[in-house]
Amino acid sequence: MRAIALAATCLLLACGGAGNNAAVTLRFWAMGHEAEVVAPLVREFERAHPGIRVDLQQIPWTAAHEKLLTAYVGNATPDVAQLGNTWVPELAILHAIAPLDSLLRASPDVPPAGFFPGIWDTNVIEGRVFGIPWYVDTRLIFYRTDLLARTGSKQMPGTWAGWRQVMERLHSDGKPRGYPLLMPLNEWAQPVLLALQAGSPILKDGGRYGAFTDSAFAHAFHFYVGLYRDSLAPKVANTEVANLYQDFARGMIASYITGPYNLDEFRKRLPDSLQDRWATAPMPGPDGPGVSLAGGSSLVLFRRSAHPAEAWELIRFLSAPAQQARFFHLSGNLPARREAWQDSTLRADPKVGAFRQQLERVVPTPKVAEWELIATRITEAGERAVRGGQSEQQALATLEAQVNAILAKRRTLLEHRGGQLLEWEAP
Amino acid sequence: MNVERRQARAAWGFLLPAVVLLAAFFVLPVLAAFGLSLTDFDVYAVADPSVARFVGIDNYLHLFESPVFWAALRNTFYFVLVGGPLSVATSLAAALLVNGRLTRWKGFFRSAYFAPVVTTLVAVAIVWRYLYHPVFGPIDQFLDWIGIGRVDWLGSPDWAMPAIIILAVWKNFGYNMLIFIAGLQAIPDDLYDAAELDGASWWQRFRHITLPMLAPTFLFVAIVTMIGYFQLFAEPYVMTQGGPLRSTLSVVLFMYEEGFRWWRIGNAAAIAFILFAIMLVATLVQFRLRPKED
Repeated sequence: MRAIALAATCLLLACGGAGNNAAVTLRFWAMGHEAEVVAPLVREFERAHPGIRVDLQQIPWTAAHEKLLTAYVGNATPDVAQLGNTWVPELAILHAIAPLDSLLRASPDVPPAGFFPGIWDTNVIEGRVFGIPWYVDTRLIFYRTDLLARTGSKQMPGTWAGWRQVMERLHSDGKPRGYPLLMPLNEWAQPVLLALQAGSPILKDGGRYGAFTDSAFAHAFHFYVGLYRDSLAPKVANTEVANLYQDFARGMIASYITGPYNLDEFRKRLPDSLQDRWATAPMPGPDGPGVSLAGGSSLVLFRRSAHPAEAWELIRFLSAPAQQARFFHLSGNLPARREAWQDSTLRADPKVGAFRQQLERVVPTPKVAEWELIATRITEAGERAVRGGQSEQQALATLEAQVNAILAKRRTLLEHRGGQLLEWEAP
Repeated sequence: MNVERRQARAAWGFLLPAVVLLAAFFVLPVLAAFGLSLTDFDVYAVADPSVARFVGIDNYLHLFESPVFWAALRNTFYFVLVGGPLSVATSLAAALLVNGRLTRWKGFFRSAYFAPVVTTLVAVAIVWRYLYHPVFGPIDQFLDWIGIGRVDWLGSPDWAMPAIIILAVWKNFGYNMLIFIAGLQAIPDDLYDAAELDGASWWQRFRHITLPMLAPTFLFVAIVTMIGYFQLFAEPYVMTQGGPLRSTLSVVLFMYEEGFRWWRIGNAAAIAFILFAIMLVATLVQFRLRPKED
């Protein structure tokens, strides 16, 4: 009896041990919804690479930035992580994540040209690649086709002038209390993408100074503020919008500038009767189709990873066209890899098609560590001009002074390190 | 002399563990934070501490020049000076009601009024955001019905702070109410009986017996409430994020954003010390104003 138990224990230990001993364990941090749905892909990766185990950890988006920085300070960074691509510059400058150029050269199956150029560009800091795009995000217009048809237009115009004209017609024809466009005052994406469309670099001199009082930004800002001033958009923050989908269904708002995550939400939350009465359209620009934001998430490899080769295998696996298409079906996130767009579901859906068109015209936001703070200051300047009674010139002059002060440390460091921030001795 | 010294040494021996703990977990961090407030420690310094520079009192000077800081300070004082007395008055009124001789089901009301104190603010905020909604919210529907008209509670810079104050008073009055009830129960009934015999009205009894007898409780409640209200954070954080137009940005929320959102640690530490100084002065003033005991 005892002997049998002993033998059984040995057997169990041996069985358990054989798999574990040789295995390398990778820590992979994914955020929010992506972490919930990526597990099947990770398990498949483990089956294809018997020597590697992946410890998948879910990080909520709201705590992600803080957690990444504290993990870095506390020497507890994972091997691989999903990173919102506006955070890539900050973590690269911190020396938290590793450049991938040599790994890319050795992996022809991850060709930079296989990705949307604007999206790829968000990961390139001072000429080096720090992340591989995982999925993409950009902003375009979701609108009610039936309301638009009443203005006599079949589709969204491609220019600012045409766009405004359609909105003015919607407004004059408008139902009581309704608005042609919802553009929450506390979202930075809209003023920033309008400025990028007008050709503003947002920051100039290699991210040393703000370019807010220059004509391009001022032109876009004038257009932006005008939409509120002429009551084409309500003067509200998104915390004041109780139920966006209800408002859209009731025709209280005829259009909304938002991202691909809302494709699913609109399908789920709008009543069935409305499903063939809404569509998506690429962003209009000042004089023709406009650019939009190059958003999304990238996969990055941390410098302190003890297993960079295995970590790169995981990134490579998740970047393959087949996995990219599967990830789209699991998460609803649009693939970063162009080949994955051959997927039949993606090709058949005209609402996704508008994103496909827009993705060829996306531009990164300035790649500086201070970007989030600057973006917040931009929305505050908009709010001051819209609700605070400041003139546009005043609001922009204040904004420029604020941003130049925020960038003071960056200027000093650039001067000390000979015009770049990446090369320094980590302590 | 010798005995005294030995006793003093023994006393220090007993105090030592507490003193060591205080030094390690209070004095040292406070000194370190003060040191940080004299540097420009930021996200670059997180990576490479050598790029943090000693800047003297520059952080403080920049704060005093910054309109955002003054807005935060003004909002915080608004909240403390309006919300504080309102909260104490509500607590006292509730305590008098619950403690009244004719009140039935005292236990039930005590628990009911105390319930908001122990519920999670995040859950409460969802309900209140609905209550404040300008179209569907019951508060505005009521105001509309009685002819006052709708108020855009959370969307208007003038009304957002009153909305936050109402929420905070509702959320917190139960705690002070319990302390007032304890104070009220400590007042001997003979005093009221004697006053009643002398023909004192309800108001006279309240004014000349209840209030003076509650004075020490009042001081405690006032100081604790004031300190708590100076630290206004969670309500605007979940309800308005400091907006609209920064009308609900409090000093602590500003400090949180500077420190943990933008990692401008030097600045955040300077804000903490200014808040500390203000609270210290306000507490001292309240001690001075305390009615002298005979």
